Amino acid sequence: MKPIITVQVQAFLNQYKNKDLFLHLETTSGTYAAQQYEKRVVPGAYIRNGLIRYQQGKIKGNGPYRVGLKMKLGWIYAEGLTHFEINHQGRLLLAGYDSVGNLTVALQLSEEPFEL
Amino acid sequence: MAQGELHKERHVAVIFPHPDDESFVAAGTIALLSQNGIPITYICGTLGEMGRRMGNPILANRETLPQLRKKELDKACAILGIEDVRLLGLRDKTLEFEDETWLISKISNLLKEIQPSLVITFYPGHAIHPDHDALAYAVVKALARFPAETRPGVWCQAISHQRIEALGQPDVVIDIRAVADKKIAAMKAHLSQTKEMMKELEQKIAAEEPEALRWVQYEEFWTYRV
Repeated sequence: MKPIITVQVQAFLNQYKNKDLFLHLETTSGTYAAQQYEKRVVPGAYIRNGLIRYQQGKIKGNGPYRVGLKMKLGWIYAEGLTHFEINHQGRLLLAGYDSVGNLTVALQLSEEPFEL
Repeated sequence: MAQGELHKERHVAVIFPHPDDESFVAAGTIALLSQNGIPITYICGTLGEMGRRMGNPILANRETLPQLRKKELDKACAILGIEDVRLLGLRDKTLEFEDETWLISKISNLLKEIQPSLVITFYPGHAIHPDHDALAYAVVKALARFPAETRPGVWCQAISHQRIEALGQPDVVIDIRAVADKKIAAMKAHLSQTKEMMKELEQKIAAEEPEALRWVQYEEFWTYRV
């Protein structure tokens, strides 16, 4: 993955408007975070292969970036995104890394389901 | 326990959910077993698909991480002399949400086939990560299905803060000094996960810090009464 180039991400988001897409969205602090910082509440969420369709998708911010997808009946967004890749399968992979290189957030879109 | 008793084992099944758990928990013990010609089967639950560490510099992304961790696993197994690896194909961080009966049967069937004399896994309820605990519970419940006379022994690794308070001191202590280099090499094989940690650990070992030295001198387990 490489640091986000917003024009490339935006071009992808434009191209995949109004198509059925599979979504991978996660946020994580890592399973051991609660152990390291006792009594801290450690949130995280994960969706793999949610089937979505958006009418409008945008990348915003000056880095880290935010991506928002407007759907007919709702919204999807992720923040803290720093890196991206459009892989050999034509999938958009977006990720956020913290200061030591650990993944904190991922938002990915694909026309085919992600592998389980 | 005297180290010599490892010679008595006929076949050992090591059961952990993530590639690298085996190296963290039992690399020295595994290396000693394989040096003694005792066959080892590693039942590995997932490919650590949800790991946060992607390497530094970044070696993988969310989609390529499992393939990278599989390669790292193969390398670690080669170093430790594990020839039989069974991948359960489960997904990282989902084990506690699986159908428990199904998971127990899956483990039970494998153990019936492998017929180990000893099983090494995490201590159920004292393993911090939900995957560790879920798989460890499935293992001891699978073993409960065995008749007592053919049931393998179980050594568990407890890593919770309250382990000593709850379980007492570990009753199995393996002197791994003869294979310390293999433990370090196996941990390094999991490059994406351990690179930073190993740099720090090796400095501490060189400085002879007691806690770091213990890491390459002894492995400790609690015998689980099924």
